[in-house]
Amino acid sequence: MDLFEYQAKELFAKHGVPVTPGTVAFTPEEAREAAEAYGGPVVVKAQVKTGGRGKAGGVKLADSPDDAEAKAADILGLDIKGHVVRRLLITPAADIDTEYYVSFLLDRANRTYLGMASVEGGMDIEEVARTKPEALARVPIDALTGVDAAKALEIVSEARFPEDVAGQVADVLQQLWRVIVEEDATLVEVNPLIKTPDGQILALDGKVTLDENADFRHPDNAQYAVHDETDPLEAAAKAKDLNYVKLDGSVGVIGNGAGLVMSTLDVVAYAGEDFGGVKPANFLDIGGGASAEVMANGLEIILSDPQVKAVLVNVFGGITSCDAVANGIAQAFAMLAERGDVVDRPIVCRLDGNNAEEGRRILNESGNEVVELVATMDAAARRVAELAAAK
Amino acid sequence: MSVWLNSDSRILVQGITGSEGTKHTRRMVASGSTVVAGVTPGKGGQNVDGGKGDIPVFGSVSEAVDATGADVSVVFVPPRFAKAAVVEAVDARVPLCVVITEGIPVGDTAQFFQYAQNAGGTRIIGPNCPGIISPGQSNAGIIPADITGPGSIGLVSKSGTLTYQMMYELRDFGCSTGIGIGGDPVIGTTHIDALAAFEADPDTEAIVMIGEIGGDAEERAAAYIGANISKPVVGYVAGFTAPEGKTMGHAGAIVSGSSGTAAAKADALEAAGVRVGKTPSATAALMRDLLSS
Repeated sequence: MDLFEYQAKELFAKHGVPVTPGTVAFTPEEAREAAEAYGGPVVVKAQVKTGGRGKAGGVKLADSPDDAEAKAADILGLDIKGHVVRRLLITPAADIDTEYYVSFLLDRANRTYLGMASVEGGMDIEEVARTKPEALARVPIDALTGVDAAKALEIVSEARFPEDVAGQVADVLQQLWRVIVEEDATLVEVNPLIKTPDGQILALDGKVTLDENADFRHPDNAQYAVHDETDPLEAAAKAKDLNYVKLDGSVGVIGNGAGLVMSTLDVVAYAGEDFGGVKPANFLDIGGGASAEVMANGLEIILSDPQVKAVLVNVFGGITSCDAVANGIAQAFAMLAERGDVVDRPIVCRLDGNNAEEGRRILNESGNEVVELVATMDAAARRVAELAAAK
Repeated sequence: MSVWLNSDSRILVQGITGSEGTKHTRRMVASGSTVVAGVTPGKGGQNVDGGKGDIPVFGSVSEAVDATGADVSVVFVPPRFAKAAVVEAVDARVPLCVVITEGIPVGDTAQFFQYAQNAGGTRIIGPNCPGIISPGQSNAGIIPADITGPGSIGLVSKSGTLTYQMMYELRDFGCSTGIGIGGDPVIGTTHIDALAAFEADPDTEAIVMIGEIGGDAEERAAAYIGANISKPVVGYVAGFTAPEGKTMGHAGAIVSGSSGTAAAKADALEAAGVRVGKTPSATAALMRDLLSS
């Protein structure tokens, strides 16, 4: 889960990283009140989980409460790379002498963590990495020994931080590492980390990604999940414990296993090219078991998407054989009927694998008119694309 | 021959008394695997009905290894206990540790992977994987054993169901070993490890490599294939339609910015001379062509 800047800074502060104070505002009036409370110039910052806010006009300096209100009104509702601004961070403007960059992140390729630091902060760090790689220190971190004082100083010296800030930056690095370890973060990034004219080090911005697999260790961090910005269908699916991602096409997809479902989306889009660009409407993995209830819940979510014109159920019977899956599908229809849901769109089913013939027989005999059986994945994708295009 | 798992393999199951552990132990036994022991802390001295006789349960991996000579561990313990379980297997110097558990915090995985690297005696497969199967010989994990029989194709995949799909499509050729390496961001055995093992295995004639979005493991595997693999390889990559920034089921399956895309992976594989199929069936057809020509 990616955090907003203000949430990241809360976690930073919890672990001792020096940050500027901030207040979250949802309206221009709240922005004005925050600016009044701080009394001097403030920065009004869009809170969106994407980079490039400054360039998109999402970060503005305001020299008075009136100005803060006006700037807030400008920024709220902006669309920054598909993220609509619904909240702002109001923070006292800091005087900047120098901008630096520091981060820790999970390094998948090397199966450990990586510490990165640069005395050329403030700009897009991928740009720095591309154009001036020597300006970005990259130090591997052993997952077991982590970042102690010596490792922090190693990073500081690799990045050639000036002596007057080396100690402070090393402290910040150890504090940020604690966010990785104690909060189960896979990314902590500060860009910029600044030196003020009086020599103080401050995190002016913050980016944190938390590992959702570790939620069981961090009940307190559940507060960071913001539901009002989640797609309503994704939120409904999550409430039913379904692994669902909303996409923008017209073919609803259900399958078992993440890889097979990803592949199904591709095969539908590929087949859809021949039918005017039909595309998948969602990703939905119902897992290996494919029980009737999970299938019913999945169909309910998919059919509640008005963009869906046809549905493809693509199941490979492995651990759960196809006859069990077919019974699950048949029962799912019965459940939907009981809930009063009308299955009014065509459903193409492809069952393959263990006991596939018996599974197909069960589905055929269930007598459901909207269900059409197609033997192979490629042919099923073609058929469902054709049906979606015809609607 | 086969890769990492054969008819001599002696399997122990960590978490054997849990419902998944017991269920899949019986499936492994039924498919002909030799399951010699189970481990559940605090439940040493009990037995679990493996379907073909009782399997003794030990309180620790080292006791189980001492008593039974187990040389493969399959881990079914819940995520919060998985790190301790793998560390125990490493300490007992079990050569192969297959971690089926889904949902392990990646920080824990990074730690137990480093721990195993430091100790040096244990290969980890997974986590969040279906396991490894050498059809007709042994099956360590949850891969359905009746999809395919012994044969000449080596298969390595991040995805369980795509592994099953591909085994099924190529069941007339059969498999030397099928390895599900798992869909987490940090995994113990990579595509490259599996490719190297298949290259060295005389029973493997050709290799199917299945990848998906996220990270750059496929790109690195492509470079490895270009430089080191003489056997024919066909590839498949899932996730061309995945939007940026969304996790697609597997914790590791995410396109970040412009990196980790399916197109980049497929291009890298093709540049290394790997024939890449547009769909699983098309990929199977490419392999069929290769083996019949």
